[in-house]
Amino acid sequence: MRFIFKTKYSQDINIAKHNGDRFWYSLLILIMVALPLVLDDFYLGEISYICILSIAGIGLMILSGYTGLASLGHAAFLGVGAYTHAFLLTNEIPFYASIPIVIIVSFLVGAAIGIPILRLTGMYLAIATLALGFIAEHVFIKWEHFTGGNRGLPVPQPEFLGMSFYDSVFFYYVCLVFLIAAMFAAINILRSPTGRAFVAIRDSEIAAQSLGVNLGLYKALSFAISGAFTGLAGALLAHYIGYLAPDIFNIFLSLTLLLLIVVGGMGSLHGTVFGAIFVGFLPQLIAICRDYLPSSIGSQPGLEPMLFGLILVFFILYEPLGIYGRWMKIKLFFELFPTYKRQTFKKQKVFTKSDRV
Amino acid sequence: MSLFEVKNITVAFGGVKALNDVSFGVDKGEIFTIIGPNGAGKSTLFNVISRIYEPSKGEIYFENQNISKTKPHNISKLGIARTFQNLELFENATVLQNLLLGRHIYKRTNILSEVFFTPSARKQEHEYRLKVEEVIDFLDLQHYRDTLINGLPYGVRKNVELARALCTDPKLLLLDEPSSGLTNEETIDLGFWIKDIQSLLGITIIMIEHDMSFVNKVSDRILALNYGKILASGLPEEIKNNADVKQAYMGE
Repeated sequence: MRFIFKTKYSQDINIAKHNGDRFWYSLLILIMVALPLVLDDFYLGEISYICILSIAGIGLMILSGYTGLASLGHAAFLGVGAYTHAFLLTNEIPFYASIPIVIIVSFLVGAAIGIPILRLTGMYLAIATLALGFIAEHVFIKWEHFTGGNRGLPVPQPEFLGMSFYDSVFFYYVCLVFLIAAMFAAINILRSPTGRAFVAIRDSEIAAQSLGVNLGLYKALSFAISGAFTGLAGALLAHYIGYLAPDIFNIFLSLTLLLLIVVGGMGSLHGTVFGAIFVGFLPQLIAICRDYLPSSIGSQPGLEPMLFGLILVFFILYEPLGIYGRWMKIKLFFELFPTYKRQTFKKQKVFTKSDRV
Repeated sequence: MSLFEVKNITVAFGGVKALNDVSFGVDKGEIFTIIGPNGAGKSTLFNVISRIYEPSKGEIYFENQNISKTKPHNISKLGIARTFQNLELFENATVLQNLLLGRHIYKRTNILSEVFFTPSARKQEHEYRLKVEEVIDFLDLQHYRDTLINGLPYGVRKNVELARALCTDPKLLLLDEPSSGLTNEETIDLGFWIKDIQSLLGITIIMIEHDMSFVNKVSDRILALNYGKILASGLPEEIKNNADVKQAYMGE
């Protein structure tokens, strides 16, 4: 077990809490940077996709995992980001200018949608965001001037820093850099007053309000920040796909993002990466499994969504803290060995919640 | 002139009048206790003051300013902090994070400086922490800084909630049943702390409480409510011997 001797307030503020953190995360980044040396293009593409999913996951995690607001239509923001980016690139705006514009546009779209929609809570909010996803899909179909409608929109792959986005190694590095930057941005938001206000809203709106947190403002802000992250992921996704069509941003993509944060672990940024790895490789895994199943089951088209749903239910029932939660338990088991108690993570029953306010 | 004044407050839920024409004033530096049987309207009164409920009639004045139309999230900026009857802590956060939220009203950073965590954001965190540490020392919470609220015993949670309210640097503190669920020793400690909050920090306290021996020990003045109406108000001795109060609690 590690005991940290604290002598400065900065130790609680810093991202890396001790040298072990610094070592392991630096090592991870080094390995990620060195990956193109050992992996071929196919796997680099897959890992780039996982990076993109992680960025989108960070967006949804801030909204659902930290602010406690459900969203079943987050593919809409991926779409907003992707179409805006493709549109800007088509009009010969350079890549380095397009990305900030995408982030600002998705932020504003998030705020504009968030302000009215966040008057709803719980189940009704989930339904409203579900509708948002469908509406966005239709807007992408009908607004042909901007999106090319059902014909689709080819994404230009401009040169950036003298390299082409067709080069999978270069694209991998772009995704990796954006993931690391997004991670730092998210950590910074969460360790500052705004992030704490989000957590406060999640755990008790009434107390947050009595401590001076403007509920409407911070909920809308959370939606906007979430939109900005997801929009950035959408811009990168546009490069990854190469050709945008409205039906990419369907309900299934929204549910994939939801699965990502639930499986990864609600309320942890680590969880977004774990979850992205999981949902990134899952279709591959299912495709492999299909070959070994009897053809009556293996050739069913609905197999994938069904398994997604099943996994979601199993995680909510048996491991609500997701993969990251499981990892924490394993870590604690070895730290406390042999005195680990299963009860440590057992959620206490609270009886006093019936009579709130 | 009173620091805090409630004038003719009436709160009606449909036909039920939870509060009926209630008026009283609290002077600066006082410990003012509100007592009354269940359903007397005590918590309703607190929720009206912190603007969670809308009064049907009447006004509330704090430092001669009418706060009956103030937004709920601006109440704490004026210097009114409160605790809740059944604890409203941020359960999946550490004690430290809970207390730091108490400093939220002093936030100067905007979202951009937070995304990049500029030196000014860091400086602000240090300032928050300084005040939080003062409160931690005041209420003996040193052991629990990094513990999640989930894992704390009830008595400590109550303390954390009091600490969180103190972190806002209030002028007026509303305590909703501070001693409920505490052991005898904890109640005695709480009594000392409340006296200290009054004398050392100079904070005016309005408190809802049922434990009469505790009430008589710490309060300067008492207001007794029943069925939304004021039964009596005055010094602890007067209330103890008041016939109406006796009847409300013990019957004929």
